[in-house]
Amino acid sequence: MKVSSWGRLSQDKHHVISLSDRHQAAGQIQQSNPGICFGNGRSYGDVCLNPNGTLWQTSSLNRFIHFDEQTGRLRCEAGVLLRDIQRTLVPRGWMLPVTPGTQLITIGGAIANDVHGKNHHVLGSFGDHVHAFRLLKTDGTLLDCLPHTDLFKATIGGMGLTGIILDAELQLRAIKSPWLTTDTIPYHSLDEFFELADASEQAWEHTVSWIDCLSGSQARGIFLRANHADAAPAGKKAPSAKQLNMPLTPPLSLVNGLSLRPFNELYYRLQARKAGAGVAHYEPFSYPLDALQHWNRMYGPRGFYQYQCVVPRTNARDAIAALLDSIRHAGAGSFLAVLKTFGERPGPGLLSFPMPGATLALDFPNKGSKTLQLFSVLDNIVREAGGRLYAAKDARMPADMFAAGYPNVPEFLTHRDPGISSAMSRRLFGS
Amino acid sequence: MATASNTPQRIVIIGATSGIAEHCARLWAQQGASHLVLVARNQEKLALIEQDLQVRNPALHIRCQTGNFTDPASIQQLVDSIANEACPDIVLIAHGTLPDQSQCQQDLAVNAEALVINGLSPVWFAEAFVTRMVAAGRGTVAVIGSVAGDRGRKSNYVYGAAKGLVTRYVQGLQHRLAGSPVKVVLVKPGPTDTAMTAHLKHQGAKLASVEEVANSIVQGIGKGKPTVYAPAKWELIMMIIRHLPRFVFNRMNI
Repeated sequence: MKVSSWGRLSQDKHHVISLSDRHQAAGQIQQSNPGICFGNGRSYGDVCLNPNGTLWQTSSLNRFIHFDEQTGRLRCEAGVLLRDIQRTLVPRGWMLPVTPGTQLITIGGAIANDVHGKNHHVLGSFGDHVHAFRLLKTDGTLLDCLPHTDLFKATIGGMGLTGIILDAELQLRAIKSPWLTTDTIPYHSLDEFFELADASEQAWEHTVSWIDCLSGSQARGIFLRANHADAAPAGKKAPSAKQLNMPLTPPLSLVNGLSLRPFNELYYRLQARKAGAGVAHYEPFSYPLDALQHWNRMYGPRGFYQYQCVVPRTNARDAIAALLDSIRHAGAGSFLAVLKTFGERPGPGLLSFPMPGATLALDFPNKGSKTLQLFSVLDNIVREAGGRLYAAKDARMPADMFAAGYPNVPEFLTHRDPGISSAMSRRLFGS
Repeated sequence: MATASNTPQRIVIIGATSGIAEHCARLWAQQGASHLVLVARNQEKLALIEQDLQVRNPALHIRCQTGNFTDPASIQQLVDSIANEACPDIVLIAHGTLPDQSQCQQDLAVNAEALVINGLSPVWFAEAFVTRMVAAGRGTVAVIGSVAGDRGRKSNYVYGAAKGLVTRYVQGLQHRLAGSPVKVVLVKPGPTDTAMTAHLKHQGAKLASVEEVANSIVQGIGKGKPTVYAPAKWELIMMIIRHLPRFVFNRMNI
């Protein structure tokens, strides 16, 4: 069947095998090699694709196994969605410590991409909260992996290339309420952004900012910071679980040269009016786009790229300014643009994306070679600054760019499972 | 966990390892059911489901049971043993297989097996539970039929005939129980994305998500609707298909 990832850049035929339960998976993968795991398809690029090859779909591996209400340790299968965990356990006072901007991803995907969230400076990335997982190798062996072992570190952020994660044990964090106290601050320069980010690190758990991608190095944006609230605010109701839907793909990208500037203007003004303290439920605060099903369709039939890089702290200000100037010059990008800082902590995986510094993430409607040319300009800036790109978002980076950004690649490659291959692994590692 | 006073307390699921049944069980567990009896053929898979539901609702009492699904005497015994403990509030009869049509045409043994497991077995369970519910003066039996039972089609009329039998049988039960507190609900799912339909997906069929279908079913049962199409759009689609004149229908490759 034809399968796309979230960026909708390709629609290639795949042989899809749905893994039905964790006891039968070993038998199911023996019939076909090589393949790659496909969870909920929220990776933007080709990390989860294997055109004309096999995909092991993990979405039916969605059972909980055990939860300890005293310690907050949860064991569950790899296809469980973060949303399923949160909706089940938030009412009982437990939450995932680290989640990305969507909770519609699987546990296996969260581990394989070592996803991060708005609280990286406090709690690190997803892999920091994994106590154990079971890894099925394509030769049929089943391994229990524990932190600080080589295979564990290779699998955290390992793009699914070391084996098939069947289930995992996660540490949840206790919460007193599902609410957050928030603070919204408009900023008018990159210096101001970095000052805000530094000043917020101590007292605020979540920090993130929206940035107007057309504002160039004279950046303007909205800085958001939040902490978990002790109790539900009076008179506030939890949002309804209803989702809006983007029912069809428009013939052209709705994000284009005509719409982008006025939209950014409008968005900035609306958000700036909310400046100051507020209260928000964790779902709309952390996962605003989850409320609109199939939002990726708005970029039209050709799909879109997301470009997410991180640059080290020392060069961050200049590198981000140079990136924003190039993007403004090209008149490209989208209103979905995020700038945030990462904390000073080493990543738990050999190929973990976060590093101490600043990360910029932007969507770009696919305009073919024009878009790709802009990316090579951006690549050069990132490389020169000593930064790297995020594999979970990537569909095009050259192999040498990846090797330059991730010094642990040679060690990682010794842990690959020879029966696993993806479009991304062939692009970055040649097999 | 909040337990509304009108929440069904005791629920029995026959064919509990089916994808649709498992997701219905999750919803009931979330809604605060107190007792769940899960009946299926595969004990190992039942154990996985039991663990999962226990995490979703730690207070839920879950009992798993295996049984013979094709022998009327065993079915009677199974139903009696469950109902003797306490008469259930809801019974969901969800087991079935999707047989290969051409194999059913060539091999009458396969054909017979398909008709028994998809047609006779569910109505035997329904009859036995209804008897106990009538005696108790309350309860709802929901049987999973299929849109395939609405009109015979060349691509799957053996399965369709079995589900058609279920449709008529439930109609009869509903007629018999009209005005009584005991309800019988016929559920007709459209093609749903479960293990049973994995091969259809490869052929490019558009399948409803199992969560969506389970949601329609649990809501429909809650309201005691006589017929629940899941998702609801299949009611309209099947009304059209049922009424297509033969000269049009016979040209369709469905």
